[in-house]
Amino acid sequence: MDHSLFRALTQLGDDSLILGQRLCEWCGHAPTIEVDLGLSNLALDLIGQATLLLDYAGEVEGGGRDADALAFHRNAEQFANCLLAEQPNGDFARTVVRHLFFATYASALYEALAASPDARLAEIAAKAVKELRYHADFAADWAERLGDGTEESRARMAEALDWHWRFVNDLFHDDRDWAACAARGLVPLRQSLRYGFERDVSAILERAGLALPRKVWPIVGGRSGQHSEHLSVLLATMQVLPRAHPEAVW
Amino acid sequence: MYDWPLWEVFIRARGGLDHRHAGSVHAPDAHMALRHARDTYTRRLEGVSIWVVRSSDIVASDPAQDGAMFEPAASKIYRHPTFYVLPEAVDHM
Repeated sequence: MDHSLFRALTQLGDDSLILGQRLCEWCGHAPTIEVDLGLSNLALDLIGQATLLLDYAGEVEGGGRDADALAFHRNAEQFANCLLAEQPNGDFARTVVRHLFFATYASALYEALAASPDARLAEIAAKAVKELRYHADFAADWAERLGDGTEESRARMAEALDWHWRFVNDLFHDDRDWAACAARGLVPLRQSLRYGFERDVSAILERAGLALPRKVWPIVGGRSGQHSEHLSVLLATMQVLPRAHPEAVW
Repeated sequence: MYDWPLWEVFIRARGGLDHRHAGSVHAPDAHMALRHARDTYTRRLEGVSIWVVRSSDIVASDPAQDGAMFEPAASKIYRHPTFYVLPEAVDHM
């Protein structure tokens, strides 16, 4: 088994799966019906990407697991998503900032992955990058409007930036498996995308009258399964049905 | 949210067809109205082009005046070109 490729694909798939599940929690609770649908669309894009990536991961693993088996029958410490993806939705500003950070990172990453010599990964990435560019635009639009909105929306955005900034180091962390795939030219090093990320996000925030925090948070751990306490709760909701009825089918 | 204006949404289903009214969305500005229209009305590949227009910018006829507005046309069936026999070749124009 190509262990490092399996792990890299799991990291990608888990990011999409966990963030998609988080966004699903907005269904029926968003500020308006239009935003509700918009967030659900983002969630469904992500879950679609997760299905393709985790199915491929299961094939690389060669143990007969598919996307469903990986999504529903692993425990928190076996998930390799970034810490940012699992953070609770919070208020709308927190959801917007989380998505701004994630989609800006992911659209640059998938653009590079679309040129991967791994044809299967390149194919998945080519589809995903179109979706993720829309996600980045969606989040940027809201970031601008909330930052440049009322005193309250601006304060909430500043708080959300401060909160999520601590997870950005983990978002760009190249663990051993990812670095091994990068050394083979299959994926780019995440660190190589960070300058562009900070430049793009800063430009958006500048238009919103906001700025990235300067403090450095050296937190990592998501890629190696060291998660915040929020992931187990999310998984309990997501996995309860397939765990209670493993043989159930639609 | 409650003070977001209403926008009417028009969608072109395929190249060559007209934009048709699909519904309406609330949005704070034109750009977001387009985004909301995309997310609300084209989730199932319904369109290739979207127009949005502020509902308040549409000038509409008054339903209370529909008698004067529309009834006079009812008695003028000769305006329908149905009294001609068309050659079969152009029958489906």
